Amino acid sequence: MDILPQLFLDGLVVGFVYALIAVGYTMVYGVLELINFAHGDIFMVGAFVGTEVLVALAGWGLRATADPWLALSLALLPAMAVAAALGVAVERFAYRPLRRSPRLIILISAIGVSFIIEDLVRLVETIHQGKFVLPVPTVFPDVYHVSVPGLPSPLTIKANSLVVVGAAVIMMVVLTLIVSRTRAGRAMRAVAEDPVTAALQGVDVDRIIALTFLIGSAMGGAAGVLFATQYTTITPYIGFLIGIKAFTAAVVGGIGNIPGSFLGGILLGVLEQVGGGFVGAKFQNVFAFCVLVAVLIFKPSGLLGQRVQEKV
Amino acid sequence: MAALARFWSPFRLRLPGGRAAQLLLIGGYLAFTVGLLLLFPRSIIAFLLYLANLLLVFGARAVPGAWQAAIAVVETLVVFPAVAAGNPFFMGVGTTVAIYVALALGLNIVIGYAGLLDLGYVAFYASGAYLWAIFSTGKAAEFLPFLHGPLGGEWFWPFLVLGLLFAALMGVLLGIPVLRLHGDYLAIVTLGFGEIIRILAAGLNSITNGAVGLPGVGAPAIGGRTLGAAVDFYFITLVIVGLIVWVTIRLEGSRIGRAWAAIREDETAARAMGVPLTRAKLLAFACGASFAGMMGVIFAAKQSYVDPTSFTFMESIGVVSMIVLGGMGGIPGVALGAAIVTLLNIQVLGGISDFINSVGARWGIQIPPALNPSQYHQLVFGVILVLMAIWRPEGLIPARRRHVRADEEAEPATPAAAPGGEPA
Repeated sequence: MDILPQLFLDGLVVGFVYALIAVGYTMVYGVLELINFAHGDIFMVGAFVGTEVLVALAGWGLRATADPWLALSLALLPAMAVAAALGVAVERFAYRPLRRSPRLIILISAIGVSFIIEDLVRLVETIHQGKFVLPVPTVFPDVYHVSVPGLPSPLTIKANSLVVVGAAVIMMVVLTLIVSRTRAGRAMRAVAEDPVTAALQGVDVDRIIALTFLIGSAMGGAAGVLFATQYTTITPYIGFLIGIKAFTAAVVGGIGNIPGSFLGGILLGVLEQVGGGFVGAKFQNVFAFCVLVAVLIFKPSGLLGQRVQEKV
Repeated sequence: MAALARFWSPFRLRLPGGRAAQLLLIGGYLAFTVGLLLLFPRSIIAFLLYLANLLLVFGARAVPGAWQAAIAVVETLVVFPAVAAGNPFFMGVGTTVAIYVALALGLNIVIGYAGLLDLGYVAFYASGAYLWAIFSTGKAAEFLPFLHGPLGGEWFWPFLVLGLLFAALMGVLLGIPVLRLHGDYLAIVTLGFGEIIRILAAGLNSITNGAVGLPGVGAPAIGGRTLGAAVDFYFITLVIVGLIVWVTIRLEGSRIGRAWAAIREDETAARAMGVPLTRAKLLAFACGASFAGMMGVIFAAKQSYVDPTSFTFMESIGVVSMIVLGGMGGIPGVALGAAIVTLLNIQVLGGISDFINSVGARWGIQIPPALNPSQYHQLVFGVILVLMAIWRPEGLIPARRRHVRADEEAEPATPAAAPGGEPA
């Protein structure tokens, strides 16, 4: 297939976005063993905040293309802040009161939160913009055509793709450093390992859980901005499907394992694009779900995860 | 918030007084609501108040069970049609509520009894609906060489059974791969399954007509007479719902019902006690799915049109929120939840929209259609789910559980739902 290298590249870019979102799922699962169903919507909120900032900047006469790096930073920071605050609020009001409830009840609460966020964003955008499907201003307009020897057609690479990948790599490195090198990161790993023992060692478990939501949601918000600049249209409902895919990525890599979620995201992005190229774009989403089912059946611990013995 | 929690927790549905007083109350209220139905032929409030008759009957504990059932049957199959048979609005609303009651009861078997969170339940509903739609519109004749043209309305009845079997088969097909999964993983995979079915329905043009959908689905017929009126569907649906309620009651106390309860409470312990996990779980999926399959066939015939937008994730979550609102595991609660959410969805939100628009028109304010409350179903579902999860996880009418003690020392069996009275 001629387009295979191109599909591979496109998959790589979307894979990095998945990876950034998957980190949020994996971190929360690590400390609470809970699938944060609302995480996809936190990603969506990040996308909307970033887009609103870009639109507002254009309104003040600062076109994003004139100074793309400044525009991107100005969009990323508030998006990450709002997403982080939202993540912490969701944990505080929808999950913490239920921490000792059956899993079913927590999951139901999470689905409820996800729906509330989606429709609230829709409501706010309808009032503010008069519509809830927003076009995103272009930040990095350049498109490169790279001829690779041996390939029949040149590869098309958007400048924005490079920025997405670069930003994702930087954030992953920073996150890994936080988790592995700082005091808070060590506390986080302790809570993930065993919350009761961690509390006995003087770790404030509630604070660490809130911190986990904060970091995971900030990454999700950043992923939202990157996604928005890359795919140019956003709706309040993008979080659902992309959230499920990012969750799939976290499962593929081994849920609870941060490097695993990077690997899983990139792998899923590539598999989905290349696989979608074979079965047709119409069925591309089926492909991601099939990957999820297959991994859960044949290797539920994921690529890098550890098999956890069920305690009786 | 604490006050609210206290207000909710002692809520039990139980009428005061002896048998005669309760029967009098039931009769008096019935007469009152019949009057309302006649006075306000397009009022959803009147319909809601009429539905409360059933709650009243359920709460009349001094009346023997057989009488309760008989009164409920008379109220739904005799009195209501007698009053409202000529009113397609009430008949249509009644049918829709009945369909969702059946769906909620089916999903309740999977979630409430067996404790398996299924977020793709609408897939089975879609299977039944598409089965009848494909055969009755003649689409099947395009790819099955032995068929010539569409099937007639008489075929509706065998297809009710076929829809049941087909959906049950789908339930087993979904069940086999996900048997080993627990809780959240199961939820996500079933969600994926529901989406796969919808995407296939939208994509397989040669079988399902894709996004265009299948118009002209046949209505049922008996002896050459077509039963296409709102009243006909009301009776067909209610008879099936009655059957489903009966099956559910029988299942609850049966051997398999107790096996489901054991799995729900503690899968490992159930397994250790010799409960056949594989069979019990597959049966739960198959039973739940079969109800949805039958209802799908009825839905397709009633709408006379089927397309993939009727079978979205929202629909699955709608049924989940019915169960959560009413009370997982109990038949009256689930039915109540189904009735409330359905009415909220199809009528109350629309009613609020009309009200806002009329107020806006009076003051000369143009309310943009995008702010229409009827567009915010998700928000309503979401609020129901979160509030119920936090304040009343056992639902409006908590399931009655039989508590059996082995000896005096043993602790009383604890209900599956968490204590609801503890506010954050």
